[in-house]
Amino acid sequence: MSNLQPTKGSAKEAAGLRYPTNGKTIYHRPLNRTKTAELSGASFAYLFSEMVNYASKKIVSIQDLEKRLNTAGHPLGLKLLDLLLYREPARTQTRPLTIIQLLHFIKLTLWGHLFGRAADGLEKSSDPATPDEYMIIDNEPLVNRYVSVPRNMDQLNCAAFVAGVVEGVCDGAGFPARVTAHTVRQPGEEEGKEMWPGRTVFLLKFAPEVMEREGFLGKG
Amino acid sequence: MPNVSSAGRTIKHKNEGVLALIIINKAGGLIYNRTFAEGLNQLNTNDYLVLAGTFHGVHAITARLNPLKAHQGATPAGTRPEPPSGLEVLETENFRMQCFNTQTGIKFLLFTDTLQTGVNEGTMRRVYELYADYVMKNPFYQLEMPVRCDMFDRKLNSYIREINNSR
Repeated sequence: MSNLQPTKGSAKEAAGLRYPTNGKTIYHRPLNRTKTAELSGASFAYLFSEMVNYASKKIVSIQDLEKRLNTAGHPLGLKLLDLLLYREPARTQTRPLTIIQLLHFIKLTLWGHLFGRAADGLEKSSDPATPDEYMIIDNEPLVNRYVSVPRNMDQLNCAAFVAGVVEGVCDGAGFPARVTAHTVRQPGEEEGKEMWPGRTVFLLKFAPEVMEREGFLGKG
Repeated sequence: MPNVSSAGRTIKHKNEGVLALIIINKAGGLIYNRTFAEGLNQLNTNDYLVLAGTFHGVHAITARLNPLKAHQGATPAGTRPEPPSGLEVLETENFRMQCFNTQTGIKFLLFTDTLQTGVNEGTMRRVYELYADYVMKNPFYQLEMPVRCDMFDRKLNSYIREINNSR
């Protein structure tokens, strides 16, 4: 244990960093220790509720609020990409090289790590004018479980936070993209009678250079 | 116990179980009201507000009334007497009203039929649980203000429908 002791503990303490009495910080823990650990859903709900509250102070528009939630999630995605790749079995431990690989990684690994299940769907935009758009579908986003959006803000979807995480993963993997969250009703269902009233579509719009690269890879 | 005639029973058959729910905040203001059965007599909004305020006052009075207080001994040192709970149940010929007062002073009033078929303490706790989940964890809800949460409405409706249909 003594060899884990930070060498200049007392000097760092004076600078304002505090160490636990046994000298073991979060960086001394093995990265896989919390792999299967679970968190309390209620404490997350309260924390997220306060995050949304904080983000909605002094906003000019709904887009502003979504932007802030997105920004809060972005660094989380960048860090999660590294952690999740590290935890993959050794032979699949390469970073995703194509859009499809990346989307599968997000749908299965990222969703599995964050929400304990895979995302409910993956689609490519059917519109020929926007070949750079892909969609990840979640029927009941965990972050929105207890959130009721007021009538006057009905275009808001608080899953913008998750969109930020996804955007962070895409950016970190070298696929710069813009990700937004939208509440979209399942086609053919009436309002108020839907099976999944909180069905959320995460729209990923990749940057032009990504599409260009993808085109070259396809030919090769 | 009120008598329910066989004729009355058939008419009422449609409206059994939970009929309505009212939530009153700690200042006596109405923050939520909803009915769960078809063909009930309706009150207008103003009457609901008056009803909530009046009940709040009556409840405060009943919490202080105690015909036996003089005969009770002092509580042992270091302990506190149980806080007075006030009015808990109100029964009439036509309905039964159950009041649940939370530690934070919010009152849930559940109106049921006189036989309170399928309704018990657990129902009250479950409604409180739904409130704690879908109202208190909602970032857009402001404390003490009227409850306007779609999720709460939806979950409450499906829960009440479930117990009303399960008899």
